[in-house]
Amino acid sequence: MKKKVLSALLCVLVLLTVAAASGCGGKSAVLNVYNWGVYIAPGVIKQFKKETGIKVNYTTYDSNEALYSKISSGAASYDVIVPSDYMISRMIEEDMLAELNFDNIPNFQYIGDSYKSLEYDSENKYSVPYTWGNTVIFYDKTKVDAEDIAEQSIDLLWNKKYSGQILMFDNPRDAFGLALKKLGYSMNTTNKSEWEAAAAELKAQKPLVQAYVMDQIYDKMISGEALIAPYYAGDLLVMQADNPNIECYIPKEGANLFADAMCVLKTSTHKAEAEMFINFMCRTDIAVKNAEEIGYATPQMEARSLLDPSITSNRSIYPPDEDLVNAEIFINLPPDITRLQSSLWTDIKKD
Amino acid sequence: MKFLSRLYTFLVFGFLYAPIAVMVVYSFNSEKSRTNFGTFSLRWYIELFSDSVILKSLYISLVVAVLSALIATVIGTFAAVGIDGMKGAMKKAYLTVNNIPVVNPDIVTAISMMVLFVFFITRINGLNMGFGTLLIAHITFNIPYVILSVLPKLRGMDSNIYHAALDLGCPPTKSFIKVVIPEILPGIITGFIMAFTLSLDDFVISYFNSGSTAQTLPVTIYSMTKRPYSPKINALSTLLFISVMLLLVVVNARQSAGEKRGSDKRKGVR
Amino acid sequence: MNSGGVGKRLTIAPYTLWMSVFVVVPIALVIYYAFTDGHGRLTLENMKSIADYGKTFFMSIKLALFSTAICLLAAYPVAYGISRFEARRQQTTIMLVMLPMWMNFLIRTYAWMTILEGNGLINRLVRAFGGEGFSIINTNGAVVLGMVYNFLPYMILPIYTVLTKIDKSTIEAAQDLGANKASIFRRVLLPMSVPGIISGITMVFVPAVSTFVISKLLGGGKTFLIGDIIENYFLGNTGSVDYNIGAALSLVLMALILISTTVMNHFDKDMGEGGGGIVG
Repeated sequence: MKKKVLSALLCVLVLLTVAAASGCGGKSAVLNVYNWGVYIAPGVIKQFKKETGIKVNYTTYDSNEALYSKISSGAASYDVIVPSDYMISRMIEEDMLAELNFDNIPNFQYIGDSYKSLEYDSENKYSVPYTWGNTVIFYDKTKVDAEDIAEQSIDLLWNKKYSGQILMFDNPRDAFGLALKKLGYSMNTTNKSEWEAAAAELKAQKPLVQAYVMDQIYDKMISGEALIAPYYAGDLLVMQADNPNIECYIPKEGANLFADAMCVLKTSTHKAEAEMFINFMCRTDIAVKNAEEIGYATPQMEARSLLDPSITSNRSIYPPDEDLVNAEIFINLPPDITRLQSSLWTDIKKD
Repeated sequence: MKFLSRLYTFLVFGFLYAPIAVMVVYSFNSEKSRTNFGTFSLRWYIELFSDSVILKSLYISLVVAVLSALIATVIGTFAAVGIDGMKGAMKKAYLTVNNIPVVNPDIVTAISMMVLFVFFITRINGLNMGFGTLLIAHITFNIPYVILSVLPKLRGMDSNIYHAALDLGCPPTKSFIKVVIPEILPGIITGFIMAFTLSLDDFVISYFNSGSTAQTLPVTIYSMTKRPYSPKINALSTLLFISVMLLLVVVNARQSAGEKRGSDKRKGVR
Repeated sequence: MNSGGVGKRLTIAPYTLWMSVFVVVPIALVIYYAFTDGHGRLTLENMKSIADYGKTFFMSIKLALFSTAICLLAAYPVAYGISRFEARRQQTTIMLVMLPMWMNFLIRTYAWMTILEGNGLINRLVRAFGGEGFSIINTNGAVVLGMVYNFLPYMILPIYTVLTKIDKSTIEAAQDLGANKASIFRRVLLPMSVPGIISGITMVFVPAVSTFVISKLLGGGKTFLIGDIIENYFLGNTGSVDYNIGAALSLVLMALILISTTVMNHFDKDMGEGGGGIVG
C-alpha cells in the first residue's frame, strides 16, 4: 500500500518535472517581469505570449523597497520592473536602469504629455508611465461629521474624536509625507529637524491609530471597521462598489502625486523583448483592460477616452490641475535622510 | 469525565478548523468583502481559473513541495543510515548541525540562506535567484526532519537481519534495498509527509529566497498590497482543502481495507 | 544497526556537503556580517546598537512565552485524549491535527482577521445575542491568539508521541499500588512526558518569538516584534537595507534560542529519560 503511494508520488514528480522542463525549453526569450501584486488584468500576459511567442516569468512584490532590495542585492535579475517615481530616480542615480529605445515603443505616443519628463526622469529616457494618481483621505460620510471634513485637511487623521477608527499607511515614505505636509513642510525636505518634527507628529498620532496597514485598508473601510484612512485615489471605486458611503478628498495641504512607470534594468539581456512588452502594455486595448482592472488613472490618453466617463470625470481619480497646486511628487532622498527616516520609523513602531 | 474530555478535544478542533470553515464559506460570497456576506455565488471560482499569476504560483508551490520533499527524503535517508553507524563525537557533531535548521527560527534560516545566495551569486556570473534558490532553501530545511524521523526506526531495527542477508550471500546494496529499506519505510514516509507539509506551509523561507523566475503562492498573496485581499484565494484554498481531504479519505479507506485482510503488520504512518 | 565501512561514508557524503554549504557557511556569513561594517571592516558597532532594541526583544519574548504557556495547557489534554483512542482513530485524529497546515498559514491568518475584527464574526455573534461588541484585533492579545493557533499542532504532536510510548502497564501498576488519578498524573504521566513537553515548548517558542507576519496582520502593525525589525533590515521596508545590523540582531536571536534550548535540555535530562524526539 505504502509502496503504491510512493510510486504514485514518483509518477507525479516525473510528470511535473517534464512539464517544468518543457516550459523552460526552447530558444525563445524568457522575459522576467516584476510588478506590484495584482497590478495587471488577467489574461494580458497570456495574450502577450500568444502574439509574440515570448514567455513571461511574472513575479510580484509588495513595496518599492522590497523591489529595490531584491535588485540591489544583485542576486535576482529582472527585465521589466514597475517602480514608483522616487524609486525610479534612485535607480537612475545608481545607474541601474537602461536607456530605452523609444523607436521600439511606438505606443509611447499615446502617453499624455503631462505625464512625460516628470521630475523623477526629467528627460524621459528611462521610463514609460503605467499608472498615476494621488493620495487622498477616505472617510465614511455617514459616520464622520461634515464639519470635520469641511476643512479638507490632513488634520482629520489626527482628530481625537475618531480615536481608534483611523488607519495609517504602513510604509514610512507615505506616512512621513502626510506628517510633513501637515506641518507645512515639503515631502522631500532634507532638513533633519523637519523630519524629527514629523516623527513627533506620527508618535502623537499612534494612540489614535487603529492599525498601520496597506492592502487591508479596503476591507477595514468597506466593512466599517475603520472610518478614516489615507490611500490612493484609484481605489475609490473599488471601495464604493462595496460601500457607497465612502468618499474621499484631496487634502488642501497638498497630496502626494505618484506615478508607477515601466523601466528596463541595465542587467537585462533581453532589452528588445522588454521594450516589446512595454509597447504592448501601452497598446490601447491592453491599456483599457489594465485601467479597468486596476482602477488607477491611466496616462494612456486614447485608452482614457475609451473608459467609462463616470470614471474619467471623477475629480479624485482624474483631478483637474487646480486641485493639485500643493501636490508634490516624491523624489529620491539623499542616503542620510533615508537612513534617518528608517530609524525614526522604527522608533515610532517599536515603542 | 470522559464526556468532558471529548468535549474539550472537540472544542480544540473547532478552534483549529474555524478559519478554514470561514475561508470555505466566504469563497462562495458574491461580494468582494472579507466580512460582509452577499449571496451564494461561484464568481470567485470562475475568476480564479482565469488568473494565470495565481495559478502559476500555486503550481510552483506544489512543484517545490514535491521536489524538495523527495530530494530531502533521498538525501536524508542515506544520511540517517550513515549517522546511525557513527559513534561518539562524530555522531554528536552531525546531530548538532542537523538540528540547526530545526531549532533556528525560520527567519534566521531564511536570511542566512539569502545572505549566502547574495554573497555568491553576485560574485559568479550567470547565476540568479529564482526557482533554484527556492528549491535549495526548501530542501535544506526539510532534510533534518527526514533524518529525525528515520533515525529512530534505524535505532529500533535489528541489525542481525541485515547481516543475515549478507551471510546468505546477498550483495550489500541488494540487502540494503531488500532488507533495510522495508524495515525503516514507515520512518521514510513520515519524513516525506513531514517535509511536504512544512514546505507547503512555509512562507518566510520562500519570501526571502525566491527570485525572478518563480515565487510560491503565499509570496504572491503577500504582495497584493495594491489590491484588496481577493476571495479568489479563498476559492483556491477551498479547492486545495477538498483535494487533501479526498486524498486522506482514499488513503484511509484503502488502509483499513488492507488491515482487514490482515496484511499490514505495521502500525502505519504517524 | 551498525555496520561501518566505506559504503556508509559514501551514503552520507551528499548530506555532509549539503549541510556544510547550505547550513554551516550561511551561519558563518551571518556572523561575518554581524561583526563587520558596510565596507567589510571589523567592528562591534552592530552589536552595540542591539541595546536600542531591548524593548522589542522583551516584547517578543513576553508574547512568545504567553503563547507557549497557553499552547502547553491547551495541548496536553488533547494529546492525552488522542493517545487513549484506539490505534486507527489515533491515526485519523493526528492527521486532522496536521491537516490545517496544508493550507498555508498566511491564508489561515487572513481568515482570523475576518473572525476577530470589530465587525467580524465573533462580534456579530455577540451582538446578535444582545451583547456588547469588543475589540481583539490589532492588540497584543490578537497576536498571541494567532501564535497559539498557528503553533498548537507543534505542541500536540510531540506530547502525543511520548504519551503513546508510555507502557499502559506502568499506569496499571501504579493503580494497583493504590495511586489515585491525580497522583498518577503527577508522579507517573507528567515526568514521563517531559521529553515531549520540552520538544513542544521549543517548537512553539522559537517560531513565536521570531514571527513577523502574525504581528503585522493581527497586530495591525502596532505590535512590532524582533522578527519585524530583522525583516526590515534585510528587505529594506523602512527605506534602507542594512545586512550588518540585521545579521547582528539575528545572531542575538539565535544565541537567545540556543541558550534557552540548552537550559531546557538540561531540565529534560534531570527529569525524564531524555531522547524524546522532536518529531513523531
